[in-house]
Amino acid sequence: MSVTAIHPYIGALLKGSRELPQSPAGWLNARRAQALERANALTVPTTRDEEWRFTDITPLTKLHFQPALAAAELALADIKRFLVPEAGVRLTFVDGLFAPGLSAFAELPAGVRVSTLAEGAKTQGTALEAHLARHAAFENNLFAALNTSYLRDGALVTVAKNQAYAVPVHLLFVATQKEVAAYPRCLVVAETGAECTVIEDFVSLQDGAYFNNAVTEIVVGAGAKVRHIRLQRESLNAFHIAHCAVTLDKDASYLSNTVTLGARISRYDLNVAQNGEGAAMKIDGLALISGRQLADTHTLMAHAKPSGRSEQLHKTIVGGAAHAVFNGKVFVHEGAQLTDSAQQSRNLLLSGRAHVDTKPQLEIFADDVKCSHGATVGQLDAEQLFYLKSRGLSDDTARNLLTYAFGAEIIDRIPVRSLVERLEQTVLEQTQGPEPEARP
Amino acid sequence: MINANAKKLLEVRGLKATVAGIDILKGIDLTVRAGEVHAIMGPNGSGKSTFAKALAGHPAYAVTGGEVLLEGKDLFALSPEERARAGVFLGFQYPVEIPGVSNSGFLRLSYNTVQGARGCDELDPLEFDDFVRGKMKLLDMDPGFLDRSVNDGFSGGEKKRNEILQMALLEPKLAILDETDSGLDIDALRVVANGVNGLLKPDNAVVLVTHYQRLLNYIAPDYVHVMEGGRIIKTGGKELALELETRGYDWVSEEYKGRAKAEA
Repeated sequence: MSVTAIHPYIGALLKGSRELPQSPAGWLNARRAQALERANALTVPTTRDEEWRFTDITPLTKLHFQPALAAAELALADIKRFLVPEAGVRLTFVDGLFAPGLSAFAELPAGVRVSTLAEGAKTQGTALEAHLARHAAFENNLFAALNTSYLRDGALVTVAKNQAYAVPVHLLFVATQKEVAAYPRCLVVAETGAECTVIEDFVSLQDGAYFNNAVTEIVVGAGAKVRHIRLQRESLNAFHIAHCAVTLDKDASYLSNTVTLGARISRYDLNVAQNGEGAAMKIDGLALISGRQLADTHTLMAHAKPSGRSEQLHKTIVGGAAHAVFNGKVFVHEGAQLTDSAQQSRNLLLSGRAHVDTKPQLEIFADDVKCSHGATVGQLDAEQLFYLKSRGLSDDTARNLLTYAFGAEIIDRIPVRSLVERLEQTVLEQTQGPEPEARP
Repeated sequence: MINANAKKLLEVRGLKATVAGIDILKGIDLTVRAGEVHAIMGPNGSGKSTFAKALAGHPAYAVTGGEVLLEGKDLFALSPEERARAGVFLGFQYPVEIPGVSNSGFLRLSYNTVQGARGCDELDPLEFDDFVRGKMKLLDMDPGFLDRSVNDGFSGGEKKRNEILQMALLEPKLAILDETDSGLDIDALRVVANGVNGLLKPDNAVVLVTHYQRLLNYIAPDYVHVMEGGRIIKTGGKELALELETRGYDWVSEEYKGRAKAEA
C-alpha cells in the first residue's frame, strides 16, 4: 500500500514502518496496514482539539524520531537499579527492541505464559488474533495508529482459565538512545477466573530527548482479576504518549496504580470498558512533576452493563512551572443500572507558577445509579504546617513531609513492597528540591 | 512551686495581638519563673487560646504590641520551629490530623530535631522505638498509635494523649497546654495530669489554659489568672480556681470594672 501522509511530520515518523519485515501472520500484516492507512489520514493533534486542549505537543513535532535499528549493548548491571525482586518473569525491551539477555525467565505454573508478541504469534496465534489491536482503537487516535503500524513485537501475558498467578510480571522498557522512537506494545489476557499482576515500567539510562509511544491492551475475562502497575520514569527530556485499553467481562476486576514522574511531555489515556455485569475497576494515579514538565492523564471509565463499580483517586503534585492535566470521564450507558462510581481528583501546587487543569466529568444515561466526583486544587495546609513546625521541624522539612504524605497515599496502595519503598524515596528526594517561590 | 529567686522563663509585657484585623489581646502582662505552674482561666472568647497560639507563633495571629521574652531573649524574633527548639511547647486544643505521616516517624523527627538543637545525641529508629514505648507506657498509651498516621482517626482523648506524649518526649522548658483537659473523661484526665506532673522540674514551667477547675484537682497551680476581654483581670493562688468554680466569673468581671472606674 502506498499512501502518502497528509501531515509531513506523520509521514516522517512513519518512514521506518514501511521497512518493517512482514509478519508470518497475515491478519497482523492486515491490521498494521489498516493502522498505517489511518495514521496517514490523521493529523497531529493541537490544542484546538478538545481532547488535547491543555497539552501542546509542538515540541514533539520539532524532532524527527526514528526507530532504533539496533539495541544498545547493555549489561544486567546497567539496569540493576530497576529490577523488582518480587517479580518472577521480566521482559526487557531496549529502545523498543526485545533484549533476551536482560530478561528473566522463571518457571511458570501451567496455563501462565509470558512471552514476546513475536513468539506468541507462533504459539498462541488464536488468542493473539482475537485480541491484539482489537481493543485499543486506532481509527481516530493518531498515536495508537502509529504504534499499531509499527507493531512487530512487544510483550504478551496470558493466564488460562482459573489460574491465579500472584507473582508480578515485570515489563521493563529501557531508553538508551537519543532521538529514537520506540513503540512498546503489550497485551494481557486473563481468561475466566484468572488472576495476574503486571508491572509496566518505563525507564531511561540517559537524559536526552526520545519518544516512547506505547499501547497496552488488557482483557479481563469473567470473574478474572488483573492488577496493573504502571511506572513512567522517563528522562526529563523525553516524550511519552501512551494508550491503554481495558475490557472487563462479567464480575471481572481491574486495579491499576499509575505513577508518573518523568518525561518533558507525557500523555496517558486509560480507557476501561465495563462490558460485563458486576465488573469493578479501581484506578489510582499520581503525577509528581516539576520544572517545565507537562503530565496529562485522560481516563475513561465506561459502564455499559449493570452493577458496575468504579473508584478513582488521581493525585498530582506540581512544582516549578510544571503543568498537570487530568480529564476523567465516567460514562454510564443506558441500561447500566446500579452503577456505583466515585471519582476524586486532588491536586497539590507547590509553587506559584505550577499549573493544574482538572476536569472530572460524568455522563449518565441510566436513572438508578450512584455517581460522585470532585476535584480539589490547593497548597499545603497551613494548620498542618504550623503543627509540624511547632514541634521543631523546619519549614522545608515540614513541607516535604506533607508533600510526601500527599503522594504516599497513592504509592502505599501499590501491591509490590520494593516499588513502594523505592517510589517513596523518590518522592522524598524529588520534593526536597528548592521551590523558593512557594514560600510566603 | 514558687521560688521568688528562680529564673524568669517567660516575661510577657503589654502583649497585644489581632486575628484577621480584630483586636483580641489588649495588653497582657505575665511573668513565669522556673518551677511554677500557672493556670489561665476565663470565659469563652476571653483570648486564652489566642494568647497560647501567639506565644507558639501561629501565623494567623499578628502581634501588634508589647514584648515577650523567653529566658531574656525576644521570643518574637524566633520562628515557630525555633521557639520549639528553644523549649516552648504548645499542647493544641484541637491537634491536627496529618494522614500519610506516620506518628512514629514524626515523633522521632521532632525529638531528634529538638535534641540536635540542644546539642544532645539523636536516637536511631530502634533506640527511639524503645524510648518512645517507655514513655507511652507511663502515659497508658497503646503502642499501636505509633503505626498510625499523626492523629488520623484518633478520638479526642487519644489526640490529647498524643500531645502529652510529645511533651514528655520533648521535655520543654515552657509547656503551654491549651485546654488539654477539655473533652476528656476522668481516666484520660488523670493520664494528662500525670504526664504534666511527671514533666515538672525546678527548671521548667507549665502554663495551663483551661476552662474548668477540674484539671486543677490533679495539677496544683501556683498562680491562677483570670482573662477577660484580652486582658488578665485577676491573679490569685489555687484557691481562686475553687472560688471561680462556685461563684462563676461575673464577680471577677464586676470587681475589675469597679477598679477600672475608681482608677479613672
